[in-house]
Amino acid sequence: MTPRIEVVGIDSLILRLFDSIDEAHMPWMLAAAKRLRQAFGAALTDLVPSYTTLLVQYDLLQLDDRRARTLIDEALEGLTPEAGDAGRCHDVPVWYDRRVSPELETLAERSGLSVAGVIETHCRQSYQVFALGFAPGFAFMGLVEPILATPRLSTPRKRVPAGSLGIADRQTAIYPQASPGGWNLIGRSPLRLFDPADGSLLQPGDRVRFMPVDRAEFIRLGGDDTPFEVTR
Amino acid sequence: MSLLIEHGGTLATLQDGGRHGVRHLGVTQGGAADWISHGLANALLGNPRQAAAIEITFGGLTLVAESDVCLALCGADLDATIDGEPLRPWRSFRLHKGQRLRFAQPRQGVRAYLAAPGGFEAPTMLGSCSSVLREGLGGLRGDGRPLAEGDRLNWPGVSPSPRELPAAQIPDFGSPAPLSVVLGAQIGDFTGQSLFDAFNSDWEVDARADRMGVRLLGPELRCTRRSMISEGVPLGALQVPADGQPIVLLNDRQTIGGYPRLGALTPLSVARLAQCLPGTRLRLTPVGLDIAQRQHRRWLGAT
Repeated sequence: MTPRIEVVGIDSLILRLFDSIDEAHMPWMLAAAKRLRQAFGAALTDLVPSYTTLLVQYDLLQLDDRRARTLIDEALEGLTPEAGDAGRCHDVPVWYDRRVSPELETLAERSGLSVAGVIETHCRQSYQVFALGFAPGFAFMGLVEPILATPRLSTPRKRVPAGSLGIADRQTAIYPQASPGGWNLIGRSPLRLFDPADGSLLQPGDRVRFMPVDRAEFIRLGGDDTPFEVTR
Repeated sequence: MSLLIEHGGTLATLQDGGRHGVRHLGVTQGGAADWISHGLANALLGNPRQAAAIEITFGGLTLVAESDVCLALCGADLDATIDGEPLRPWRSFRLHKGQRLRFAQPRQGVRAYLAAPGGFEAPTMLGSCSSVLREGLGGLRGDGRPLAEGDRLNWPGVSPSPRELPAAQIPDFGSPAPLSVVLGAQIGDFTGQSLFDAFNSDWEVDARADRMGVRLLGPELRCTRRSMISEGVPLGALQVPADGQPIVLLNDRQTIGGYPRLGALTPLSVARLAQCLPGTRLRLTPVGLDIAQRQHRRWLGAT
């Protein structure tokens, strides 16, 4: 790890910790985020972690560029990774079904697996939450088995229903709200992932395992089974 | 004490200083796009500068007063009238019970700000009432929706006497001021020719412009970097997608993004850009970080 600090805006610095996406980096990222919050205190306007970087936005009335860099340097001194059990584990129910998943069969064709095989492969492992972004509570998770890796749709959809589970390259995520989006949709979850009062259910560093449920269980858990074609 | 919306127009939303400290949740910043005009409208009424006001985009909004009130109007000249009589911006003014305030279309600028005594009342969500439709956050009912026919707006304050903003404080939306860019991010990955073109060419504001971002049309900028890992993006970020036409990211931008950037506009320049109509021609100019920070502090301190 060779941290670099770069200017990205009048009041924003980016701290680059790594150059590649790797689960092994997460404990370092979490530790750095915690240290930065402590170091900046009330002078921190926003802290935006992503896969390998932390965007630090500071209050210009309290700090200048030089002082902000010094605080980052001090925060990183003697940094040690967060303990392995820092993140929570979530079992996330998903209804994998053609009616709500327009790309389930596309992925089966691409991969040479059966639809059941696609589902089984997607559920077999647990996933790391790498970052939140794009929309409130939208958690970028990975890494998906290479056989399921599928590029984004060439033209994003105008509307993807809330709860939709998608794959983009080797990442997987659930759309917390209805929004535009270009990921390949393979299922739908009944869970409410974001609430303004409670924040985001999934946090960077958490691990997620997808649990296939049938339609009855999906509805019992509060899912909306409106077919995809109707939701457009 | 209320105002009744008769027509919502193109886009009228409640905006305050925006949401801060929540971008790590994926929640956008929001807030007034032209934060300078927004702050001046509030200042005319003695409000905190970041109090909730209506951001009126392009026009079409009509409101009726259900009680006498002193309101303030700053920002774009959207050909406003009170019962047919012209109303110029950069002043506070009385609106009597039954009078109708109408915004037609832009004469100069894009966004007008209408403030009320003490700020308009709306539920605070994650520290702000700023309305963001795609996130379902903020606004009059807390669902992110813009103002619409039948909505009633209230305010808690007492109406002061009307006054005009001193001419020296009024921003000039007529002259095409160059927009200042703090250089940084992936600027080293752009070709030399592109760096020259970025700061020595005219850029035209595209019609594809909203609260998320404003696309600029001009010479094609080339970045040698093939792909990058998504990272946090600041206000004003000057990102360049594969087609080489830059997009300046505004208040409702996504929290992280994966396009290479030349840097970011200063907040003062973001406010100016938010008032540029499609077709406006402008220039980008680099500014030193120290100078930009001093300018910004001076602006905050002087007003």
